[in-house]
Parts: sequence; structure tokens; C-alpha cells
Amino acid sequence: MTREEVFERLNKVFQEVFDDETIKVNDSTTSEDIDDWDSFEHINLIVAVEEEFAIKIPMGKVVTMKNVGEMADIILQLGN
Amino acid sequence: MKELEYPFDPEWILKKKKALKRELLQNTQQTFLEKKIAILGGSTTRDIRDILELFLLNYGIRPCFYESEYNQYYADGMFPNPALEEFHPDILYIHTSNRNIEQYPSLEDDRTLVMQKLQAEYERFQALWEHLHAVYGCPVIQNNFEPPLYRLLGNRDASDHRGRWNYIQRLNQMFYEYADTHQDFYIHDICYEAADYGLERWSDPFYWNMYKYAMCVPAIPYTAFQLARIIKSIFGRNKKVLNLDLDNTLWGGVIGDDGPENIEIGQETSLGQTYAEFQDYLKQHKKLGVLLSVNSKNNEETALSGLERADSVLKREDFVDFRANWEPKSRNLYATAEELKLLPESFVFVDDNPAEREIVRQEVPGAAVPEITKVEEYIRVLDRSGFFEVTNFSEDDLKRNEMYLANEKRSRMQKNFSDYGDYLRSLEMKAEIGAFGPTYFSRIAQLTNKSNQFNLTTHRYSQSEIEQIAADPQYLTLCGRLEDKFGDNGVVSIVIGRKEKDVLHIELWLMSCRVLKRDMEYAMMDTLVKRCRECGIRQICGYFYPTAKNAMVKDFYALQGFEKLEEDAEGNAKWFFRIPEQYALKNQVITVTES
Repeated sequence: MTREEVFERLNKVFQEVFDDETIKVNDSTTSEDIDDWDSFEHINLIVAVEEEFAIKIPMGKVVTMKNVGEMADIILQLGN
Repeated sequence: MKELEYPFDPEWILKKKKALKRELLQNTQQTFLEKKIAILGGSTTRDIRDILELFLLNYGIRPCFYESEYNQYYADGMFPNPALEEFHPDILYIHTSNRNIEQYPSLEDDRTLVMQKLQAEYERFQALWEHLHAVYGCPVIQNNFEPPLYRLLGNRDASDHRGRWNYIQRLNQMFYEYADTHQDFYIHDICYEAADYGLERWSDPFYWNMYKYAMCVPAIPYTAFQLARIIKSIFGRNKKVLNLDLDNTLWGGVIGDDGPENIEIGQETSLGQTYAEFQDYLKQHKKLGVLLSVNSKNNEETALSGLERADSVLKREDFVDFRANWEPKSRNLYATAEELKLLPESFVFVDDNPAEREIVRQEVPGAAVPEITKVEEYIRVLDRSGFFEVTNFSEDDLKRNEMYLANEKRSRMQKNFSDYGDYLRSLEMKAEIGAFGPTYFSRIAQLTNKSNQFNLTTHRYSQSEIEQIAADPQYLTLCGRLEDKFGDNGVVSIVIGRKEKDVLHIELWLMSCRVLKRDMEYAMMDTLVKRCRECGIRQICGYFYPTAKNAMVKDFYALQGFEKLEEDAEGNAKWFFRIPEQYALKNQVITVTES
């Protein structure tokens, strides 16, 4: 899985969870950039990402994740 | 919406919740019942609220929510709370879990001390329920407690008085005792859900420590679905009829090809046993008041020969309506609905054939059509779908099938009479009509929530509200039972009137459709007039509010001799009746006893 593929699939997850087809995420996207991305929706986002990539993100990493770029790194790390 | 019916994909629902909500609200055919639900949480409740909303919308209930701040369930419920009082909830839901138990036993505790802790824990909750009942007077739904994730004493944790698992089960028992002896109080069984889902995943500490959710997030749709089932049942949105195919649904094989001696039913083969278990499961529904009916592509005689087998659990007389013919099944279903005077959307159609299911799904909007494929899964799918979730269980439910069977006998007898009045007299009907009494509170509340067709205003009442109205001298209430020589129909008609000087405003007038055209509505009117006179009321105002389902009573008040005073563009009408000096009794066929 390349980083580009991860971003492509991540983008779809973001669009579904926030019900907004115009969303485009990149390395530096954070919760500041998406209106509905509060701490509650963050939970759903993580669950949806875990399902999409068939992974389980450990607590330590959920806590430290700062932007979508780091999220992609974690997915690549866990997925391989 | 099929995506929200069992078996659903919980992760998909969580991911698509926003889009699903949008879609559900776009359904213009649905007239939603608006309800206010207060969630008092002992843990995070956000997604429980969001997903509950989806399932309720799917049941035709549009909720608005009050949600307590994180873990404020006790303070919010127990102490003066103007925001909640102003919200005026229709349902209070206490979402607690074993994380909210304040005192667990410790290993050095003796039996007495553990009992004291249990009692204190229980009383803390009981005080909350009683306070809520007194202040808000609406139904309360309370979670029980799920099993603990770890067992310090291993297997002994279940039996030893110091074991947490033992403690939780005893606490649960105390909750059940309260539920079993109090009205308008319901247990939401998360203990069963956790076991069913898999406790190991359910109680994954990740979700508690990360987000303060009492269960893992992917389990939320399971728990929200069960909760929605309780709520829709309280508000009368349960299904009422099982409409059953025969071949490969009630028995294995095709009776027309194989012959009655060769179908799979009974104790001889494992397949036969599985079908027999399914038949037994269905038969038990009769006592819940669920009606059984047959909808089969067969010759009638052939179909009956299957039920006549000695080892068939279900017999012909278990079905209130039986259709074995070559008509489309959707047409049969409509005919059965017509015969039983029930709405087609209150049906659950059970058929192993996907093509038949698809036809019914297309042709009978609102009817439930569960996906059943393998006989060993039939019970699980029907049971987990919760079509008949029991919240109130009355004497009437136990007898409902008998009542419908008696109706079949009546309609056979009707054919022997050319004059309808003669037929009615031959039924030897007796009615008991009187003000609301405690014996009937539960049934009255149930009727106000279930009756859609013969219902002038379609106001819904909880049991607590019925009790308040019964005790309030401002109200004049009537509840009518009807029996005849074929059987007892139980409580079938309700009137609630509010007195204002010498005028009575009829806030509710309803009748069960199973006694249509029996002149019971006239017997009720006669008694109503008599009671009005006794308390100095001279005028009666009736109201008709049209819904998608109550067109049959549009002109009800005209038949009772009222005059129409006003009517708006939507058809909401106000009717007026001045009680004359000489009131001629309208009912001539029912012998009425007043209570």
C-alpha cells in the first residue's frame, strides 16, 4: 500500500463520516480544518479508519496523532 | 429502511450516520410521532443518542433529546433541574453501567457487610427512580449492569458473596424486582446484550479510558437498537401479526409435491426437529397477543393436511386467518389485514422464498419482511428483530387470539341473518362502561398508543398520565368492555373529556377496530350523556384531527348527532352537541352495566 493509496482511502472515509463530498485531506489537515470534527466525531473517525484498513490503533497512538499525515503514517506502519 | 433492520452492519451505520439521518428525514410518506427523550448518562452518550435517533426515525418516531453532561445522571435526575423540567420528557433513559457502581465488595467483607453495600447501592438508584416518577411522571428506562470484565476469584466470582460478578447479579435482581412491581419502569438489558455481543469486545477498556464510553463503540448500534425497540413498543409501534408461509417455512419440503407424510416436521429427523422448534416458538407468540396467519401458495386442502399431522405443533385453530391459494401473496396479506381490521404495516411477513419477500416488500410498504434463509436461523432472526418487544403485558394480550377466533365465528353466523339488527341482537352483547379504574390503567394506556383507525384525536398517553387523569376531578373518563356469547373482547373503547363549566371537551375518543359495527360507540355515547347530566354538563365539544389512518371516523360525530362548528383547510374539525331534555338512547342491542 502506498502513501497515495492510503490518502485516497482516507479521503473517502472522511467524506463519509462528515457527510461532505467536498472534503480533501492532506498531510497537514487537522480538526481545525473540518467543521464537525470535534472530540466526539473523532471517535467515529477512528472507528471508521480502523474498519477501512482492518487495523486496531493502540491508545498511545490515538492520543499523540496530530494531523492526517501522522494518521497515514500510523496506518502504513500497522498495515504492513 | 433495510440498512437499519436486523441483522445490520454496525460499523457502516456509525460511519454513515449523518447521511442516514438525512435520508430518513427526507421520507415524505412518513408522519413522524414527535417524542422528547431525556438521556441521563453515567458515561459518554453522544453516539448512543445519534444512533438511537436513526432507529427511532426508522420506526416513525422523531425524537428530540435532552442529554446530561458526562456522568451527571444522578445530579441531573435527583436535584432541581429547571432545564429538564422545561424539556418535559416523554421518556427518561438512565444509561449507567458497572462503571457507575459506587461500592463493590472487598475481600475482607462478611456477608452482612456485602448485603449493606448492596442495599445502599440499590437504594441510591431507587431514590432516583422515585424522584423522577414524582417530578416527571413519564416512563423510565434503566440499564441493568453488564458482567465485569475480570473475575478476581475466577469461577468462584459468580457464587462467592465477595465476588463482583456475584454482586452485580444480585444488584440486577433487585432492579428486576422493582421493574416487576412498578408500572412505567423498564429495564434495558445490557447484561444480555454484552453476553450476546461478546463481553471481551463489549468491555474493551480502550473505549472507556479513551472516550469514557461504557461499551466499545462498534457495539453502540446493538445497544441503541434494543433501546429503540423498548421505546417504539411503549409508543405502540410494535407489529401485531405474523403472516406465515408454509412450505420450507413451517415445515421442510413442498407438501404439494412430497405429500403430507413426507414433509420434515416432528421429532424423527434433525431437520424436522428444527422446524418443530420454530413452530413452537411461533405458537408461544399467541400468548403475547401476536396473531398468527397463513399465507401460502397451495391448495387449501393440501395445506391443511400438513397441520393435521399429529406431530405438527401448530394446528389450524392457532391461526386467526388462513389463506392457501394461488393469489399473489401481497394480495393475500391485504385481504388478511382487511379481515382482521388491522393495518398492513402491522404485519411481519415470514417466507423462505426471496422472490415472495421481494414482492411483499414492494407492494406492502411498512410491513416487516425479515431476511430468513436457513431454518436453523429463523428463530434468531425473528427474535433479534424485536418486532413484538413486550413492555406492557395485559390480560388482554393473553386472550387476543381467542377474541379474533370468536370474530371468525361471528362473521360465519352473520351470514345466516338477512337483517343486521337481528344479527347484533343474536350476539347477546353485554357491556360494562364506567370511569377509569386501576384494573384497566395499563390496558387503557396501551389502547391510546395502539389505536390508529377509530381514533378521533390520536392523543397518546403514558400509564402515569392515565392515572393522573383518572384522579383529576376536572376530567370525565369512560372505559368500555364488551363481551358477547362468543367471548370477551376486553376493554375496547375509551373516552376522555375535560370539563370546562358546563361544557365537556372530548380530548380522546377511540375504539378498537375489532368491535366495529357492533353499536358499541352508541352505548358509549349514551353513558357519556348520562354522566354529563349527573355533573351538570349541558354541552359536548368533539374534535376530529385527521391522520393518515383515521379517515373512517371523519364523520363520526355527525352520526352521533353533533353539528360541525368549524373545519380548517387540513380537515381539523370541531363539533358541537347540546344535550337535549329528552335524549333518546342510541344503543338498542347491547345490555349495559355501569361501573
